[in-house]
Amino acid sequence: MTDALLSVRNLRVEFPTRRGVLTAIDDVSFDIMPGEVLGVVGESGAGKSLTGAAIIGLLEPPGRIAGGEILLKGQRIDNLGAEAMRRIRGKRIGMVFQDPLTSLNPLYTVAQQLIETIRTHADISEAEARKRAVALLDRVGIPAAKRRIDDYPHHFSGGMRQRVVIALALCAEPELVIADEPTTALDVSVQSQIIDLIKEICAERGAAVMLITHDMGVIAETADRVAVLYSGRMAEIGPVTQVITAPEHPYTVGLMGSIPTLTQDHARLVAIPGAMPRLNAIPQGCPFNPRCEHAFDRCFAERPEPLRRGDRRRVACWLYDEVSTVEQEKANV
Amino acid sequence: MLAYILRRIAQSVLVMLVVALVSFALFRFVGDPISSMVGQEATIADRDALREQLGLNDPFLSQFATFVMRAAQGNFGISYRLQEPVMELILSRLPATLELAMVSGVLAFVFGVGFGVYTALRRNGWLSNTIMTVSLVGVSLPTFLIGVLLIWVFAVELQWLPSFGRGNVVMVGDWPTGLLTPSGRASLVLPAITLGLYQMTLIMRLVRAEMLEVLRADYIKFARARGLSNRAVNFGHALKNTMVPVITITGLQLGSIIAFAIITETVFQWPGVGALFINSVRFVDVPVMAAYLMMIALVFVIINLIVDLLYYVVDPRLRVDRAATRH
Ligand SMILES: Nc1ncnc2c1ncn2[C@@H]1O[C@H](COP(=O)(O)OP(=O)(O)O)[C@@H](O)[C@H]1O
Ligand code: SF4
Ligand SMILES: [Mg+2]
Repeated sequence: MTDALLSVRNLRVEFPTRRGVLTAIDDVSFDIMPGEVLGVVGESGAGKSLTGAAIIGLLEPPGRIAGGEILLKGQRIDNLGAEAMRRIRGKRIGMVFQDPLTSLNPLYTVAQQLIETIRTHADISEAEARKRAVALLDRVGIPAAKRRIDDYPHHFSGGMRQRVVIALALCAEPELVIADEPTTALDVSVQSQIIDLIKEICAERGAAVMLITHDMGVIAETADRVAVLYSGRMAEIGPVTQVITAPEHPYTVGLMGSIPTLTQDHARLVAIPGAMPRLNAIPQGCPFNPRCEHAFDRCFAERPEPLRRGDRRRVACWLYDEVSTVEQEKANV
Repeated sequence: MLAYILRRIAQSVLVMLVVALVSFALFRFVGDPISSMVGQEATIADRDALREQLGLNDPFLSQFATFVMRAAQGNFGISYRLQEPVMELILSRLPATLELAMVSGVLAFVFGVGFGVYTALRRNGWLSNTIMTVSLVGVSLPTFLIGVLLIWVFAVELQWLPSFGRGNVVMVGDWPTGLLTPSGRASLVLPAITLGLYQMTLIMRLVRAEMLEVLRADYIKFARARGLSNRAVNFGHALKNTMVPVITITGLQLGSIIAFAIITETVFQWPGVGALFINSVRFVDVPVMAAYLMMIALVFVIINLIVDLLYYVVDPRLRVDRAATRH
């Protein structure tokens, strides 16, 4: 897929520590097409935020990209210099973080923060930037934007602040917006509004979205495709409709069980027993094997490669490898 | 806003009253003012008469009230030792101390913030590590030792700078200043460094710790994610937020600089109020001691007040007037 907007290929993120190197992201690959919404799901600690941070070049040291490549419109961005990468941030890739209460600098007005960002990426006058800022605030749904723009962040509610954050992420018209759990910190009543806003405003500007969340319901309603991460590995990726109606990876099946509206079968409404392994104790073979009810010999010995399932889907599970299906059936007798 | 200021002023007055009580207690419990004032040959009757005349037999509260009233008018009586009005003594020596304190304070602030920011941004550079190590010396060596070391190196061995006194002063209005003469400025260097070094180290460590904390904040990460330049992020966003708590502490340091001037002034024979105080203690010159105590307290209280108001100006979150009503 050469026309991808963003290509992540065999990404590997490591944290060197005194007691050895921790591999937090291992061999993760995916593409995002222009204008597409890719959902990224997984339990807390699965590596969703790190993937986003790696793409935008903001991994906190000592974390580092130890392998693979990241391409934006076919051009590598994972090995760019600091200044070149800075020019991509905000301008070509926008970012929305989880907590709007802490994302804005409390000492500057919304106008100051917007104008500063707009003028960082476009050579325009303060007055012109201000006009754009007001229009943008208006677009993200801040009532009386012209007046409210000179308020400080603490004058806004959480939902309103997240709208401001979205305006900030979009003010240089990026081609891709990475939204890292944009509603997790918000009141339930405004969550869907914010998701809708992100979806609409990005569609309107032709921006693709990488929507990180642990809420399968949000993915179902918003995303075109979904990537399921587990222990820093890609478990399954494919079109939302397929993954949701017919999940293949046992972990995805478990995740689906956590949204009752999408499963007719209430017996499946059980959380997956056990917890995701810590980075320093990822088991050999398939990282999901301690929790998997289908695990068999091969799962403890060999790590499953992402296997193609149809032309748009990949699943990293030995159950779907022709060689092992026979053994698996034997094991399940 | 007005209510806030009034409340702060009321608190300040209360603090001053408590300090006044301590100063007043000095009169009652440290030495006997009568024996300090009369000669050896005075009779018991003479002493009693003087005691009565000075109101020392009055009830405690009325004596205290008189003390406070007089203090408020700047009247602390006559120095036992120098036989001059205490207030005049202090006022004549205050410019020397304030000049020294101001220069030390500015040095401490400028270098403290500068080094603090540098060591926070270049966390593991060799220069940062060197600065941090040297600064440990700054906090752990006693002031007088630093002063003596500086005198030894720069005044005795290298003979670059004078080791005592204030040099030539010129009058600017009523204010004798050493800042305008070469010898005055040269004389200021060593005492200012001695006095400011400890504060500088404190400010530097505070700025560094605060800045490291701020640099981890979400809004800094978001500022970077918006593509702002390092300069805008570090100085426009991080430093400004760092300075909010730093202002408070730094402002309060200025008070301690004036208070700590006692030691430096003694080491360098600097003709300020600190040296005056030390001599008063030696001679149990209670009126001067009491006045000095009150003056230092007043300086602290005023600085505190200014710092609070400044804090309010810098941090919009404290301007609660309209915040509470809006959503
Ligand atoms: N600075 C760090 N040092 C060591 N491990 C880290 C660091 N940051 C994140 N990790 C680990 O990387 C894994 C993925 O984290 P993250 O991407 O934040 O997960 P999430 O999917 O919840 O966003 C977690 O196990 C986390 O403990
Ligand atoms: S590879 Fe084995 S352990 Fe892993 S998910 Fe598939 S069946 Fe379960
Ligand atoms: Mg996360």
